[in-house]
Amino acid sequence: MRLEGRGQIDRDHPVRFTFDGRVIDAFRGDTVASALMANDIRVVGRSFKYHRPRGLYSAGSDEPNALVTTGRGRDALPNVRATMQEVWEGLDVTSQNRWPSLTRDVGAINDLFSPFLAAGFYYKTFMWPRAFWERVYEPLIRRAAGLGRLSGEAARDASEKAFAHCDVLVIGSGPAGLMAALTAARAGADVILAEEDSHMGGRLLSETDTIGGLSGPQWVGSVLNELTALPNVRVMERTTVTGAYDQGTYGALERVSLHRPPGRAPRECFWRIAATRTILAAGALERGVAFPGNDRPGVMLASALRTYVNRWGVAPGQSAVVWGNTDTAHRTARDLASAGIHVAAVIDARADATTTGDWPFYPGGEVLSTQGRLGLKGLQVRHGRREFTVWTDCLAVSGGWNPSVHLASHIGSRPVWRDDIQAFVAGPEPVPGMDVAGAANGIFDTAGCLADGLRAGNVAVQAIGLETHSPDLPDAEATPYAITPLWEVEGKGRAWLDLQNDVTTKDVRLAAQENFRSPEHMKRYTTQGMSPDQGKGSNVTALAVLAAATGATVAATGTTTYRPPFVPVTISAMGAGAKGKGFAPERFTPAHAAAVELGAPMIEAGLWYRPSFFPLSGERVWRESCDREVRMVRESVGVTEVSTLGKIEVMGPDAGTFLDVVYTNTMSSLAVGKVRYGLMLREDGHVMDDGTVARLSEDRFVLTTTTAAAAEVMRHLDFVAQGLRPGLNLRTVSVTEQWAQFAVAGPRSEALVRSILDDPAAGVLPFMGCTEASISGTGVRVFRISFSGEKGYEIAIPSDRGEALWRLLLAHARMLGGGPYGLEALNVLRIEKGFLTHAEMNGRSTAFDLGLQGMMSAKKDFIGKALAARPGLLGETREQLVGLRPVGAARMLTAGAYLFGEGAAATREAQQGFTTSVAWSPTLDTFLGLAFLVNGRARHGERLRMVDHMRNVEALVEVGPPCAFDPDGGRMRG
Amino acid sequence: MAELIARTPAHADLPQPVEIGRTRIAEVVLGPVTWIAPFDGQEKAVTAALRAAAGVAFPKPGQVTRKGSVRALSVGPGQALLIGATVTPDGAATTDQSAAWCALSLSGEDACAVLARLTPLDLRPSAFALHRTARTMVGHMTASLTRTSENTYEIIVFRSMAHTLVHDLTRAMRHVAVRAAL
Repeated sequence: MRLEGRGQIDRDHPVRFTFDGRVIDAFRGDTVASALMANDIRVVGRSFKYHRPRGLYSAGSDEPNALVTTGRGRDALPNVRATMQEVWEGLDVTSQNRWPSLTRDVGAINDLFSPFLAAGFYYKTFMWPRAFWERVYEPLIRRAAGLGRLSGEAARDASEKAFAHCDVLVIGSGPAGLMAALTAARAGADVILAEEDSHMGGRLLSETDTIGGLSGPQWVGSVLNELTALPNVRVMERTTVTGAYDQGTYGALERVSLHRPPGRAPRECFWRIAATRTILAAGALERGVAFPGNDRPGVMLASALRTYVNRWGVAPGQSAVVWGNTDTAHRTARDLASAGIHVAAVIDARADATTTGDWPFYPGGEVLSTQGRLGLKGLQVRHGRREFTVWTDCLAVSGGWNPSVHLASHIGSRPVWRDDIQAFVAGPEPVPGMDVAGAANGIFDTAGCLADGLRAGNVAVQAIGLETHSPDLPDAEATPYAITPLWEVEGKGRAWLDLQNDVTTKDVRLAAQENFRSPEHMKRYTTQGMSPDQGKGSNVTALAVLAAATGATVAATGTTTYRPPFVPVTISAMGAGAKGKGFAPERFTPAHAAAVELGAPMIEAGLWYRPSFFPLSGERVWRESCDREVRMVRESVGVTEVSTLGKIEVMGPDAGTFLDVVYTNTMSSLAVGKVRYGLMLREDGHVMDDGTVARLSEDRFVLTTTTAAAAEVMRHLDFVAQGLRPGLNLRTVSVTEQWAQFAVAGPRSEALVRSILDDPAAGVLPFMGCTEASISGTGVRVFRISFSGEKGYEIAIPSDRGEALWRLLLAHARMLGGGPYGLEALNVLRIEKGFLTHAEMNGRSTAFDLGLQGMMSAKKDFIGKALAARPGLLGETREQLVGLRPVGAARMLTAGAYLFGEGAAATREAQQGFTTSVAWSPTLDTFLGLAFLVNGRARHGERLRMVDHMRNVEALVEVGPPCAFDPDGGRMRG
Repeated sequence: MAELIARTPAHADLPQPVEIGRTRIAEVVLGPVTWIAPFDGQEKAVTAALRAAAGVAFPKPGQVTRKGSVRALSVGPGQALLIGATVTPDGAATTDQSAAWCALSLSGEDACAVLARLTPLDLRPSAFALHRTARTMVGHMTASLTRTSENTYEIIVFRSMAHTLVHDLTRAMRHVAVRAAL
């Protein structure tokens, strides 16, 4: 019900939203939770396992029960805490884990079987038949249990990520956080003040105390006015710091626009904040008491009830009972009475407590059980030897306060038990650069929190080398904290600990009985604290119950490990911007647009996009285009872009010596104006990459790498230059982006090249020669190399003129009866010749396997030489590169298929090798394959079975040399 | 003689400057760019040669040296890009990089907020003053980032990544602009 004249909601702005289709009237400033309470909706969710009806328990991000789904379809967000979701006009809220409705839920039948469903039940019961666990039992159990469901539709990429940097990060904006931020800000530090609530102020928004003569919200407003006016302060509301990481980095989740109708603004922002100093002022979380029937809707935390009454002007009923073990109970009773709510009883676990209020008071009493089905109706209370019933629809309970030490524990520091406050606090500097202040530091009065915030602020200011300018401390409430332990009341019926995962005190005792006695084992046995709230409200109570069951103290029992994130973080926020093409940069070549213009489908090669073929009208499948392009290159001339190949310049007096170290063959002897094919090994003796080395001048070489290995080779060269041969004087630089490069191949390639060079004579180059020349006045590099087996050139031109040269080459090629060819034809041409790509240089193959052992110089040392000679890397046990052709009826080959002896079974044990690359060769009118085959070079002429178990293809093949076309290379040398 | 027409790296993706909210991006035509890396023990000689030819010293890490329209931008240990003039001093490895890079300027009141969505670099003036430069990440791309005025940054990435840079920047610009309007 709504309380007249109370709360910080904006009653001039009514807001309507729906809950399970029912229209709910609320006001601006309400959360879904406060609005449901205002409308007397008591059951807000069904529990995870037993489908118990559950009501609002807290008023913050620790809420275990009120998890709802907002939105529909692709915009649906499950497991939203109703206590955190602000209302907006048209918001669509649905309850979870119930069918057909919240009040009549068929799944509640689970509750009748609860005696059989204790912790560990599944593991003990669903043991056989073994295969049934994965296929039958687990899916069934998962369907019966659960919280929100995913829509199954792809979410929009509607969030963003960002970085922030500051001198002082203040986490939490209660009295300690605000005072710390003010202290640091006045001293001139760059401050980020992060608060997970929609409004700054923490508990000050929920209590009725005055600070410096002002109400809590008024004082907060005055501090905020000062902070927001300062240029060195960034105030971030709706921002939950979710994790502490190394070197002062924190993750934080900001709810940017989830509190308003959907628009173009990002939904959430995942921040990574780097802070020199951090002040953790995240406050404390009140804990409940485990007693029979304590999950009844209407039982809630005392502090939460005060928040609902004071901040939102709502109450769960006409009367309330308050039960606690600190002065919190009396504060709650006072606030309730002043709001006009009948206080039916105040029960204080401290036998020596007194009261000033006009209500039934039971010092040393306790609540034994609850009555009601979908909502609390009455309590069984014990006071002294007397037991009696108190009729009420709300119980405000407080078992004490747990400082929010989560972030302080994220990088491994363990919290420390304090007997005087019956709670865990963080140790000194639990995270490097972090200070803990206020209630998070175990200080539970407002004046103490203000002073501790000021202290922490000054510590941070001094640590970053600034002068302190302490603000004055305002007068504030300073009640000493006195607590008596109150963890559980034993009795008939289930006493709940983890409301979100349906864990009871009985489960914890069972864990201890079964010898799962350490907190980590108990957690896993019972699932205590393993739900989305990570046991925020229940873990410490569960540890106390475990301690009692094992006869240890809570201090000796210790805690489980706190890990990030502090609240659930949507994957769409962490991966914001990375959906689809956002996953990786796209690299486009200089002639990209011109290739797209010709209708060439693009295929991805690493980050690059390359044309796979250039279809002509009338060609229906890629093979038609590819076959035509292959014939074109073999018969006239083809042009293709090879700008994606890595190009690295190596310069300096020791460049040649350096190349001798990294290549297996000798490069220092290469003459200026010549190109040599080279092979590079990894340290472990396997092939890293191949490519060409051209010597442009005495002290300048240009290397090419494969597209795929460009970055790896560059890194390798840097490593060798800096680490292995630091004495050599040379420099390396990638020039991949500077030079667009085009291959011109075919019998008419020379005619084409000569037709575009300013000095046609420069086109008369010997095989493996290179020269500098010019085209229309632009300097180019011309290389006489071939990856097709035809007479071929590669022309490199500065990238800005790459597109122009491509169009010019194409026009001239067409005049000569040729045209463009794509990656598919390029692949067929090289397979016909037995040339290598990374399908063959697959990281496991050696120069010996590839038949390139002749390139391993015996006269010098090079990287990989020693380890390439290891036993097992040479000889007839190795799988060696061979060529394959189909024989017999089945004519198709596939890559990745296995090879077996002609009569052998196609089993793993009989495997003799595998195919790496295959192609239909229009030149030879047959399929061709490259393969690794055990002792392959000695088996030319042998017949084998090729079996592709995945695609269900089988063929009889004949083994031959890798090179199937023009083995003497006469065409290439031209 | 016929001429091969040159294209700027962002000619297709950013033919005109784009303004979203309080930020603006435009392509920067760098002109001649030379990569310079002094050989062992040659840094002083290279600085002298650069001073004589272009009026700038070889920059220290994170530094930009400037004279008129000529800049030398530190791009790594012992490596710099000389922009706006062509000098190939003795004692250094040099190579032409005039066509290798895509450079955009990002300017306006919210420029820093836009970059905060893309780069982990600390851009506060105390950490990244005017005319400081750094190699860093912009989105998924390695980049060279320079503060060229209080609210202007120059971002240089691989030429081939021009499309992604424009895409990432405009997305961040839209997000910042929409937030400002909330």
